[in-house]
Amino acid sequence: MGQRDLAGDRPRCGSCGGRGGVIDGLPTMSDADSTDEFEPVQVFETTDMDLRPGSDDCYKCSTCDTSCPVAEVDDEFPGPKFQGPEQWRLKRKEGHAVDDSITGCSNCMRCDDACPSSVPLSQMHNTARGEYVESQRFGRETLAALRRGKPREALEIVDEGRQGLVERVRNRILANYRTSAWFASKMPRLANRAMNFGPARWLMEKTLGVTSEREFPAFAEQTFREWWAERGGAHVENPEQRVAYFHGCYSNFNTTEVGKAMVRVYEAFGYEVLVPPQQCSGTPMFANGMLDDARRHAETNVANLAAAIDGGADVIASCTSCSMALRQEYPELFDLDGIESVAAHTYEALEYLRLHEDLEGALAEADVDAGEFAYHAPCHARNQGLDRQAIELFADLDGATVEDVGDSCSGISGTYGWKEEKYDYSMAIGEEMFEHMDAADGETGMTECPTCAMQMEHGTGYEIRHPLELLEEALV
Amino acid sequence: MAIEDDVCVVGGGLAGMTSAIRAARKGARVRLVSHKKSTLRHASGLVDVLGYTPDGELVAEPFDALSALPEGHPYRRVGTDAVRAGLDLFDQVAGDAYRGNHTDTNALVPTHGGTVKPTARYPQSVAAGLASRSEETLFVGFETLTAFDAPLAADHLAAAGVPSRTRGVTVDFPGEFRADSRVTRFARALDENETIETTDGPTTARRALAAAVEPHLDGAGRVGFPAILGEDEPSAVRTALETRLGVEAFEVPMGPPSLPGLRLEELFDAALDEWGVRRTTGNPVVDFEADGGRIRAVYVDRNGQRTPFHADQFVLATGGLVGKGIDSDRTGVVEPVFDCHVPHPGDRYEWFADEAFGDHPFARFGVAVDDDLRPLDAGGGVEYGNLRAAGGVLGGADFAAEKSGSGISLATGHAAGRAAGEAV
Ligand SMILES: Cc1cc2nc3c(=O)[nH]c(=O)nc-3n(C[C@H](O)[C@H](O)[C@H](O)COP(=O)(O)OP(=O)(O)OC[C@H]3O[C@@H](n4cnc5c(N)ncnc54)[C@H](O)[C@@H]3O)c2cc1C
Ligand code: SF4
Ligand code: SF4
Repeated sequence: MGQRDLAGDRPRCGSCGGRGGVIDGLPTMSDADSTDEFEPVQVFETTDMDLRPGSDDCYKCSTCDTSCPVAEVDDEFPGPKFQGPEQWRLKRKEGHAVDDSITGCSNCMRCDDACPSSVPLSQMHNTARGEYVESQRFGRETLAALRRGKPREALEIVDEGRQGLVERVRNRILANYRTSAWFASKMPRLANRAMNFGPARWLMEKTLGVTSEREFPAFAEQTFREWWAERGGAHVENPEQRVAYFHGCYSNFNTTEVGKAMVRVYEAFGYEVLVPPQQCSGTPMFANGMLDDARRHAETNVANLAAAIDGGADVIASCTSCSMALRQEYPELFDLDGIESVAAHTYEALEYLRLHEDLEGALAEADVDAGEFAYHAPCHARNQGLDRQAIELFADLDGATVEDVGDSCSGISGTYGWKEEKYDYSMAIGEEMFEHMDAADGETGMTECPTCAMQMEHGTGYEIRHPLELLEEALV
Repeated sequence: MAIEDDVCVVGGGLAGMTSAIRAARKGARVRLVSHKKSTLRHASGLVDVLGYTPDGELVAEPFDALSALPEGHPYRRVGTDAVRAGLDLFDQVAGDAYRGNHTDTNALVPTHGGTVKPTARYPQSVAAGLASRSEETLFVGFETLTAFDAPLAADHLAAAGVPSRTRGVTVDFPGEFRADSRVTRFARALDENETIETTDGPTTARRALAAAVEPHLDGAGRVGFPAILGEDEPSAVRTALETRLGVEAFEVPMGPPSLPGLRLEELFDAALDEWGVRRTTGNPVVDFEADGGRIRAVYVDRNGQRTPFHADQFVLATGGLVGKGIDSDRTGVVEPVFDCHVPHPGDRYEWFADEAFGDHPFARFGVAVDDDLRPLDAGGGVEYGNLRAAGGVLGGADFAAEKSGSGISLATGHAAGRAAGEAV
């Protein structure tokens, strides 16, 4: 895994070939000429992952460290500055692999927003995590140790590897939620019982490190896609106004009411809804360093969504981590045909309506009997500039009050809060949100993110709704 | 259709937030669009109006010195009344958390580098440390927080001739924190008064910190800590330390990341909420749409996707060379959002002085404006009838040398926000 110098004649990628690059590794130009800056995709054209270009922009002000929810509670976690820029510097030294503290990062992406120098921190973390997981292939190292005539070291490597293996299996299971969910959806009732069956959960914690504190989300009796097929697909045909719905795993297998609300609201505005075949967005895989898995899923998603875009559709997602993946993480991490088009045509579901319809006007005229909500903005909504959208939109809706419970992280961050060793940290991070929810007038929660919803419910016992459900109640 | 407001402010620093609040108070529907979070968390939390004249002389009474500033200086554009009005707005936002509004005279605040800084408003937590007071002062630094070397700072202050005796000591922050713990981690431990393991058994963070400092007091009348004394509960933390030590405690403002700056950011956030300012942050404004000499909309970019924000009036508050509101490359100096004219010498070698700390022309680069703060083109005409500029993006002032950064942001933010609010 030597550090290959980036200088040289790497090929340009098909989709962004026209761009300049970071070929000598040093972004020399100022922001005025940002096309000459760090171009992440090009880094990945080599098999070696590289953390350097972002490192050079870091002037060590440590502001990113103040926004990291994990660093705030976990003394073992050295913070985003270390994970990005410093990991690279360390790695330059002979014999230093990516430090395992990278596995502590929950991929909340809050540090991105904080850096005044636009260091692509979360992307560097994704990269470092990928490299870390890659480096865990201990077989190669064992052989090398044997070749060097160091059998004891080889044994140690094997032993460490065995322990690491359990963690990897666990992470893989958590990250590949879609696969488990697919099985479970075949017999939802049994799965719901089995997944939360006490002794089984105890066993999962002891053998796999999946915390037994949490309840697995309930699987719907009928998946969103099954419902979609049963209703005969779209009820509106409209070549002028078309959206392709990226439902993601949760609204397909668990919170199907969100997907249905989305369809009904969009059809009420006269949109034709397409539901292209799709895989997991990859978010849980990025967070666990499984970039190969994520890429496989991304290939399917990009191909199908790009085809829908060619057919005149824009892409919308109801989960903010899914839209984040399609808009930002894909083009940062992968070089696939059509990826830039998908990124440029993807929107969050409310955002899209807001941009294209007079949503505020419609809401000002509507009234509902919905009461008060305690709203939490997911971290991944924040980076998309959507963290205040629901509050703003529902401000003039009669019969509903949506109150912001502050800008703390919910603490679950997808798979992070499911890991036995992270559970307590996850709850410590969430504490502030729970308190604010308690203090808010509403006894129903609201958020766009399905895992945040899980944490909100877990910490307060509140029922949690998605803004689309309120929109459906108001407009359909 | 789309997103429409009366006033759209581009940039979320002190200038942008001030103009947004001011315009909202005029009854306008206001949106603040900002790439990054407010830059307050990089700043010291001190609010300077004017600390030094352009000739480098220390200013005791900033308001008296304003009229002597050069013609194009932002303070001259808006006038002394706007400076006072901007500070009034600040005082309302900051409330009890800040001091200094009882006088027009600059206060002298010791900094983490051991210098004394003239400033107009300072956090309550800094008050007991003012350099003009005469009690003997003990400065406490922590082994793991290398940004504040207490003995060195104490020596520098003594050399600067402050009227009090100063001493510095470095102690271990009690408890088992990692060697490179962040200021926010210490602040949280103190906020929550976490249980801490010491050699004498478990105790609480505030109590343990006082115990670590007590043996060094030795008759000092006040104790200065780096600014890490709590993020949410700074006054409770300070009071607890004062009660245990029996002397006043204060914070020394630090470089980034700055807790006083973070606390100030929270106060401004609350004020923005109170006035119903709508906010969209996280992505940069990269383009705009104009017709007939008026801006119609600005475009926010994310990965090639452009979201328009329409408004009737616009305020440009994107900061200076640091905030990225002004940018330069080898061929020239530009204002990247609206491409407003930025006066600068054609010859790049005339942009800076030879000495590192010389009087660099680039420090004063920024857009030129008329008395209504509307940016001017190369010919001296108004660029856009409904665009005003405020804060660091304005030319004609060397914030860093004059110690005038926040004051200019408040004064021009106030003036631009009021004018924009009135124009809708
Ligand atoms: C390290 C540091 C220390 C300081 N210390 C002091 C001090 O001790 N005393 C004092 O009085 N002042 C101090 N200042 C100055 C002061 O805090 C402010 O920086 C100054 O008032 C300028 O404020 P501003 O609002 O004009 O710009 P900034 O604070 O620079 O804010 C600019 C904002 O615009 C946003 N922006 C930029 N480009 C775009 C775009 N294209 N689209 C959308 N948003 C954009 C940025 O993200 C940022 O939020 C300090 C500044 C720094 C950086
Ligand atoms: S992504 Fe979140 S958890 Fe990871 S380093 Fe950044 S702020 Fe911390
Ligand atoms: S905020 Fe940016 S520049 Fe500052 S330490 Fe973090 S990565 Fe580096």
